[in-house]
Amino acid sequence: MTKTFSHKDFSLTQLIFLVLLRVSVGWHLLYEGAVKIMDPDWSSFGYLMDSKGFFAGLFQSMASHQGVLQVVDFLNMWGLFLIGLGLIAGLFTRLSVICGIILLTFYFLSHPPLAGVQYIIPQEGSYLLVNKTLIEIIALCVLLVFPTGKLAGIDRFFQKKQH
Amino acid sequence: MAKDKNMEKEVTRPGNISRRDVIKGLSTIPFIGAFAAAWFRKGSVEKQLKEKLLEVVNLTSEPVDLALPAQGSKTLRLGIIGFGIRGRHLMRATGHAEPTWIDEAKAAALENPLNTSYEDFMNQENLNVEISGICDIFDIYAEEAILTGSNVHRQGKDGKMGKAPRRYLNYKEMMASPEIDAVIIAAPDHWHATMAIEAARMGKHIYLEKPMTWTVPETYELVKAVKENHIVFQLGHQGRQTESYGKAKEAIQKNILGKITLVEVCTNRNDPNGAWVYPIHEKATRQNIDWMQFIGPAPYHDFSLERFFRWRCWWDYSTGLNGDLLTHEYDCVNQIMGIGIPDSVVASGGIYFFKDGRTVPDVQNVVMEFQDRDLTLLYSASLASDRQRGKVIMGHDANMEISDRLIIHADPRSTAYQDKIENGTIDPLIPIYSFTPGKKGIDGIASATEQYFASRGLLYTYRQGKRVDTTFLHMREWINCIHAGIQPSCNIDQGFEEAITAHMATIALREGKKIYWDREKREIVAP
Repeated sequence: MTKTFSHKDFSLTQLIFLVLLRVSVGWHLLYEGAVKIMDPDWSSFGYLMDSKGFFAGLFQSMASHQGVLQVVDFLNMWGLFLIGLGLIAGLFTRLSVICGIILLTFYFLSHPPLAGVQYIIPQEGSYLLVNKTLIEIIALCVLLVFPTGKLAGIDRFFQKKQH
Repeated sequence: MAKDKNMEKEVTRPGNISRRDVIKGLSTIPFIGAFAAAWFRKGSVEKQLKEKLLEVVNLTSEPVDLALPAQGSKTLRLGIIGFGIRGRHLMRATGHAEPTWIDEAKAAALENPLNTSYEDFMNQENLNVEISGICDIFDIYAEEAILTGSNVHRQGKDGKMGKAPRRYLNYKEMMASPEIDAVIIAAPDHWHATMAIEAARMGKHIYLEKPMTWTVPETYELVKAVKENHIVFQLGHQGRQTESYGKAKEAIQKNILGKITLVEVCTNRNDPNGAWVYPIHEKATRQNIDWMQFIGPAPYHDFSLERFFRWRCWWDYSTGLNGDLLTHEYDCVNQIMGIGIPDSVVASGGIYFFKDGRTVPDVQNVVMEFQDRDLTLLYSASLASDRQRGKVIMGHDANMEISDRLIIHADPRSTAYQDKIENGTIDPLIPIYSFTPGKKGIDGIASATEQYFASRGLLYTYRQGKRVDTTFLHMREWINCIHAGIQPSCNIDQGFEEAITAHMATIALREGKKIYWDREKREIVAP
C-alpha cells in the first residue's frame, strides 16, 4: 500500500520540487499528445516499424494491422493528452501516473537504447541502456511513491477529511 | 511552525472546503493556462511562416487528379505475349498471379509483417478482364502463363482455377484471333514494334512495354499503324502514374524554380540482375524453345541459352541502357516538362565492369540539348555502382529533387527569393515545399523524420489511403481508356518522342558522333 502523505511529511521545498516535477512531466506529455491530435496525418506507423530489440516483432505487427494501428494511434494521442492534463492539474493523479508509466514503458521497450542498435528516427543525444524515456518512467515512479495530487492539485477536493 | 497552523485551520472546519484548500487544489492550474498561451503563440508563429511560404510556393498538397474514365461493364479479353520477368508483373497488374507466387507472398507476409505484397495484391481492384490467350516461345513459360491466366480467384497451388487461356504458338495467330480484344506485349525489345504494328493492323488495342521500338524506321511505321487503325495505345512507362511527378509538373507550371537550364537523371544499379544477367532456366533446351521465332528480325545466331535469357546484353536484340532505362528517366522529364525530342544528342560509354561477352555498355552518359528552351538534359548510368543520384531539376531560383517524393529547395543566389532569404522567410537549407504521397499538408518545417523514413522505403505510393502498384495503375488507365475510346497518358505521340530520343542516344553512342533532330522534316540527322 502506498502511504498517504500529508503536509507534515514534506518540507515546503520538497513539495515545490515534487509538484514541479509532476507539472513538467505532465507538460511534456500534454504537448506530445496535443501535437499528434492537431496533425491529421500523424500515425505511429513509422515509429512502430522502426522498433528494435526483443519486442520489435510485437510492435511491428501492431503497425501492420490497420485496425490495431488505428486503436494504437487513438490511445497514444488522447492517452498522452489526458495523462499530461491530469499530471499538471493533479486530477486523478495516481491513475495518470500509472497510465503514464505504462505508456512510456511501451515506448522504451519498442526503442531500447541497446548497444549497436540504430534507429531511423534521429536521436538528439547519446544513450546506452538508459535514455530520457527511462528517466521519465523513473520520475513517474518517484511521483507514484511521493504523491502530491492531494496536496497541490484538484484531487485535494476529493479527499476524505480525516479529522 | 507554519505547517502546524495550516493543520489547525483544517481541523476547525471539518467537512468544508477551506479557502486554503481551494488555493492549494488549484495551485497548478495556472500551468495549464501557461501551456495554452505557449501553444497558441507557437501556432501563430508557425502559421505566419507557412503563410509567407505559401505566397512563394502556391502549391496545394492535394493529390493530382488523373481524371480517370469510368470502368466499362464489358469484360475485356486480353492476350499476353512474353511471360518473362516483366510479363509476370504485367499479368499480376491485370489481377492474375502465379499460384506459386500467391503461396510465396502469403508465406512472406507471415514471416515479415513489413511485406504486404500478398495483402496489396488481394486488395487490388478487379479490372473486369479475362486472359483469353497467351504466347511464349519457351514451353515452360507458356505452361506457367496458361496456369496464371486461369487463376481468376487469386488462389495458391491448391486453389480452384478458372477457364484456361488458349496458347498461341505464333504471335500472328493471336493477333488474328477474334477471341482477343487487346494485347499486352512484353517480348524482347527487337520484337516490340513488329508485334505492335501487326496488332494495330488487326485492330487490337495495345499495351506495349518500353522501349517502344528497336529501330528508327519501325518507329514511324508503328505511329502510322496505331493512328490509322484507331486503337488505344499505352506505352509501359508506369512512372506516368507516380503522384509526385504530377506535383512536379504543377511546380514547374507555376514557375517556382525560375529559369531551368539543367536536368540531371540517372540509373544506379549494382547487381547481376540489374545488369541483365538474368537466371537461365535449368530445364530450358533447344527442344522447348522456338529459337527461330526468337531470332525474328534480329541477325541470325546459333542457339544460345545465354542470349535467350539475357538478351538485353546484346545489341542484336537489345536497345541497351537507352531503351531499357534512359527511356524511363526521359519519359519522367518529358511528362513533367514537356521537353519533346532534343535538338542534339552526344553519348559515350563502355563495358567497364560486366566483361561477360556482352556488346552493350554497362556505363554510359548521354547529353541532350534543347535549344529553344536553353536546356541540357544529362543522363548518367552505371550498372556497377548503387550510389543513388536522384532526378534533379535545376532552376535559377530553386531546385527540385524528384523520387516518389518531391522536395524543392530555394537557391541561395536566387533573384526571385532574394528578399525572402534576406528577411529569413526562406532558408535555402530547409525545403520550401515537400510532397509525400498519401500525406496531406504543406510541410517545409517538420519533415526531417519523414525524410528519414522515406529514404528507408517506409513510405509508399498511396491512392485514397490504399497502397498501390504504379504498374497496376498504368494498366488500369489503359483498360479504362479502351472502354471510353480515348488515348491514355503514355500514348503513341509520347511514345514517338521517347523512341526517337532513345535512338538518337544509341546512334550517338555507337557512331561516336553528335546526332541532330530535324524538326521540319521530323527525322534524325547523323552528319
